[in-house]
Amino acid sequence: MTTLAKTKPKLALYWAASCGGCEIAVHDIKEKILDVDAAFEIVFWPVAVDFKVKDVEALEDGEIDLCLFNGAIRNSDNEYMAGLLRRKAKILVAFGSCACDGCIPALSNTTSRAATFDWVYRDSPSTVNPDDVRPQEETEVPVGTLRLPTFWERVCTLGQVVDVDYFVPGCPPQAHQIWAVLEAVIDILEHGKPLPPRGSVLGAGDRTCCDECPRTREEKKISRFVRPHEIIADPTKCLLDQGIVCMGPATRSGCGALCVSVGMPCRGCYGPAPNSKDQGTKMISALASVIDSNDPDEIDRILGGIVDPVGTFYRFSMASATPAGLSRLAGRDREALQERTS
Amino acid sequence: MVTTAEERAPVPTSEGTWQPKIVAFLCNWCSYTGADLAGISRIQWDPSVAIVRVMCSGRMDPTFVVKAFELGADGVIIAGCHPGDCHYQEGNYKALRRVHLLRRLLDGFGIDPKRLRLAWVSASEGDRWAETADEMTRQIRALGPMKVGS
Ligand code: SF4
Ligand code: SF4
Ligand code: FES
Repeated sequence: MTTLAKTKPKLALYWAASCGGCEIAVHDIKEKILDVDAAFEIVFWPVAVDFKVKDVEALEDGEIDLCLFNGAIRNSDNEYMAGLLRRKAKILVAFGSCACDGCIPALSNTTSRAATFDWVYRDSPSTVNPDDVRPQEETEVPVGTLRLPTFWERVCTLGQVVDVDYFVPGCPPQAHQIWAVLEAVIDILEHGKPLPPRGSVLGAGDRTCCDECPRTREEKKISRFVRPHEIIADPTKCLLDQGIVCMGPATRSGCGALCVSVGMPCRGCYGPAPNSKDQGTKMISALASVIDSNDPDEIDRILGGIVDPVGTFYRFSMASATPAGLSRLAGRDREALQERTS
Repeated sequence: MVTTAEERAPVPTSEGTWQPKIVAFLCNWCSYTGADLAGISRIQWDPSVAIVRVMCSGRMDPTFVVKAFELGADGVIIAGCHPGDCHYQEGNYKALRRVHLLRRLLDGFGIDPKRLRLAWVSASEGDRWAETADEMTRQIRALGPMKVGS
């Protein structure tokens, strides 16, 4: 057993700024988790096994064969772990929407760090903080100095701070896709199958969510956008044709059209469609085609029905959104912060 | 997933020496020909406007516009045939709807929507093209260099 364990490829899983859903999704492969345990030696997985960061630091560079990294990069600790696991892992996978494109944490990129703190520690209705206590990066206590990670001005994707080998999209990645990826890796490691080209998206399709959708699309023109609760949608017809903003046309396939099959519009969690890096601008093209008007005022009236276009179109890809790239240029604030704290 | 665009994005020049950069996408059948006519007729317009020819204003993927901004443009013009005159029937109406939605999106990102202009310029309207380019340059000069937020 011990000799066998030594020859098994090493697997690490880590979470940075994430909700934990990706971790649960890994458990959703159910009894196959035993196959994972049989095929890999797990060397780091905070949610499930008790290894510490110092155990990872003690490994040789490149000693981990595969690291599935979920979560976005929100603070200096996330960035440290990204760098550490990049060094220690032969194959680093951005696992899930947060690591790939920023996902929900990156929605805070529409505002500033200061505004986020004001809301969380002062203004939100559920906050009781009369002394306006804020987290400090350093706090002196009798036993010494306590330190908290530096909270960045912006949320970054994993690929924006370290080199990433593969991307597995989804919020969270679906169990069957996770298993497909792990199986492929086992095949590669055990049977010498060739690696897919670096930078590939794994565990997803190469078309759009619409292509998997069971609903019938008639390319109807619409004169009003509605929110899902405002109408009783026809269960067989395309939701966009019925005026519901569905991100299907701008989203990568792979989930099996999960949401649209049960009557909810696609929210876009599998990230930008293939051959397009930007979900929002792709969505603009799709929506512009269905609006039934050539009159500027009428167009504006119809568009008024789309509540929060930025948050809707980039709900899962704000950190990699092209228009936000401009803000990322200003993301030098990260370097400035680094300088300040080093 | 860092785009190389970020590395290529120009360093802002110091205050005072700044000149606007405006990218104009002109449809092949009307607006580009109109700008050509302006050139042949020796009508002058502000050299801050750089022209890119596209087959139709309906070819303008909103991605091109945000990419132009990302690469350092301070303003973008999309110009096409007058409504009803598009060589491909509907392309300019599509452009119209896209621009209206894109402006909302830019606004949401803290980019002044006035940095994106849509104009109809026919093949015979060289003067109109020159006016469009000059007007846009004036507007962008008033707005100053591209900045996010205000
Ligand atoms: S827009 Fe949505 S509902 Fe319509 S076909 Fe695409 S995924 Fe299905
Ligand atoms: S339908 Fe859209 S939001 Fe729902 S799981 Fe699939 S990609 Fe994600
Ligand atoms: S060809 Fe000129 S706008 Fe379509």
